[in-house]
Amino acid sequence: MQQRGALRFALTRLLSAMPTLFLIIVLAFMMMHAAPGGPFDEERAMPPETAANIARAYHLDEPLPQQFMRYFGALVQGDLGPSYRYPGYSVAELISGAMFLSLTLGALAMLCALVVGIAAGVVAALRKHTLIDRLVTGLAMMGISVPLFVIVPIFVLVFAVNLGWLPASWSGTDSRIRYLLPVIALALPQIAYVARLTRGSMIEIMNSDFIRTARAQGLDTLTIVRRHALRPALLPLLSYLGPAIAAVLTGSVVVEQILGIPGLGQLFVRGALNRDYTLVLGIVIFYATLVIALNLIVDIVYGFLDPRIRNR
Amino acid sequence: MSMPAMSGQHGRHRGGSRIVVVAISILCLIFLAAIVGPLFSPYTYLDSDLDARLIEPTRDAMRFFGTDDLGRDLFVRTLMGVRISLAVALVATFVSLVIGVVYGAIAGYVGGKVDAVMMRLVDTLYALPFIFFVILLMVYFGQNFLLIFVAIGAVNWLDMARIVRGQTLSLREREFVESARLIGVSPARIIFRHIMPNLLGVVVVYVTLTVPQAILIESFMSFLGLGIQEPQTSLGSLVNNGVRHMENAPWILLIPASLLALILMCFNFLGDGLRDQLDPQEQTE
Repeated sequence: MQQRGALRFALTRLLSAMPTLFLIIVLAFMMMHAAPGGPFDEERAMPPETAANIARAYHLDEPLPQQFMRYFGALVQGDLGPSYRYPGYSVAELISGAMFLSLTLGALAMLCALVVGIAAGVVAALRKHTLIDRLVTGLAMMGISVPLFVIVPIFVLVFAVNLGWLPASWSGTDSRIRYLLPVIALALPQIAYVARLTRGSMIEIMNSDFIRTARAQGLDTLTIVRRHALRPALLPLLSYLGPAIAAVLTGSVVVEQILGIPGLGQLFVRGALNRDYTLVLGIVIFYATLVIALNLIVDIVYGFLDPRIRNR
Repeated sequence: MSMPAMSGQHGRHRGGSRIVVVAISILCLIFLAAIVGPLFSPYTYLDSDLDARLIEPTRDAMRFFGTDDLGRDLFVRTLMGVRISLAVALVATFVSLVIGVVYGAIAGYVGGKVDAVMMRLVDTLYALPFIFFVILLMVYFGQNFLLIFVAIGAVNWLDMARIVRGQTLSLREREFVESARLIGVSPARIIFRHIMPNLLGVVVVYVTLTVPQAILIESFMSFLGLGIQEPQTSLGSLVNNGVRHMENAPWILLIPASLLALILMCFNFLGDGLRDQLDPQEQTE
């Protein structure tokens, strides 16, 4: 019975994710076509025949609904159309070429954020109002406040330019050490959020009755934390994972831009600055799909772990 | 409503309000400097003096923050950047305030299925990487000042809507709302005249937390070259320019970067402190 409830929950969530994604695709597509001026407008006016030829080649002369059907039909098969500014490349090729690096960096950063953030949060909660707690909450506030595009250049300035410990640019070296700076930078704000969340819910749990009972039975703090407190305390963290994933993706745009990492974020910014409409549209749809899919997974896992959620 | 929280309890609250006071003072100082500072400098944010490029910060000739690669005075430019970042943030916050409060109050007051659908929508929007949509907007419609305001505001209303809805849910059950309903006041009038004034405290707190987010988004986009355009400047574009010259002229980066960080930190401490004092339920402990 309980299993069926969970399965139903997962299915409804899956079904409700579909229209969201469709809506995003329609919206992004409409925005692209509502834009004043075409993608091939240049400073110099081109002869009308050429313009007509280009429009025909990219199907820009068809009515909008037909263009959308064409785009959507191709999209379902994983084809995001040709790039307008990188002739000869399809958007899908460009994205899949850059994707792996960005996803690796993002995954490593999330892992790092969870491990360090949870540890710091638990320690701060157990040592409430001591120096360690103040240090953790203060640093967390800094990590939340100071934007990545301030942190990363200062890191580069200190650790790469002045101290020379780390390579200043991505392309300058082949060694694994070049992952260190982007991963730490991406992880820092997330460490801060995770630590704050963990601290808050850990303090709440440690004040609850069942922990008092465990204490009364004579269990030591470490056992209580490990066996009883940690699991319920980490549950609220799960619902933060969705926004965290979105934040890491946003962050990777900055980090890749500053460090010159040839990932998805850099591709996106270049596309945006070059007004490469199809590329930008493709990357937005890719990001949206990724975020929705990961959120769906988080949601379903949450539903399995905490039955109360399913009946919301 | 906030009285029980304000009185009593440990010395913690006094510590909390000290942080709030410090944060407010620093912010006031920065804003004052941003408003009057440029008037005292002999330079403008536009003038470039090619004989005075990359001067280090010095008191000579009033080059307090030095000059950039084009010989423009960074003291004036940084303060102009603060002005613009703040202006954008305030307008954007206003937009998100209006959307968030109206949306949240309607969802909370009407309740039932409408509420469920409206909040499900907020949940869905929450997880989207919105900044990409803002960038998409900028790419298609060009870098338009007004559009930046609206786009940032349209992204930022979700938190506000959630909080307002929660408050409205509990206000709805109170006697004064019930008596208004009894004497036949229309729902719209109840929402605007009876519910909204009571939301003020919470809304003020969340506004102080929305402003830094708006500053952050604006400077993020300007940093990427998609926001404020030269010769206008904002803290984000100043940092961007600083990154290009950080190896031989670190002050171009460090001054606007630390000012931006300081402003954001003050706003966050302010919002956090106010929230702890006004709203004991939301306290992190």
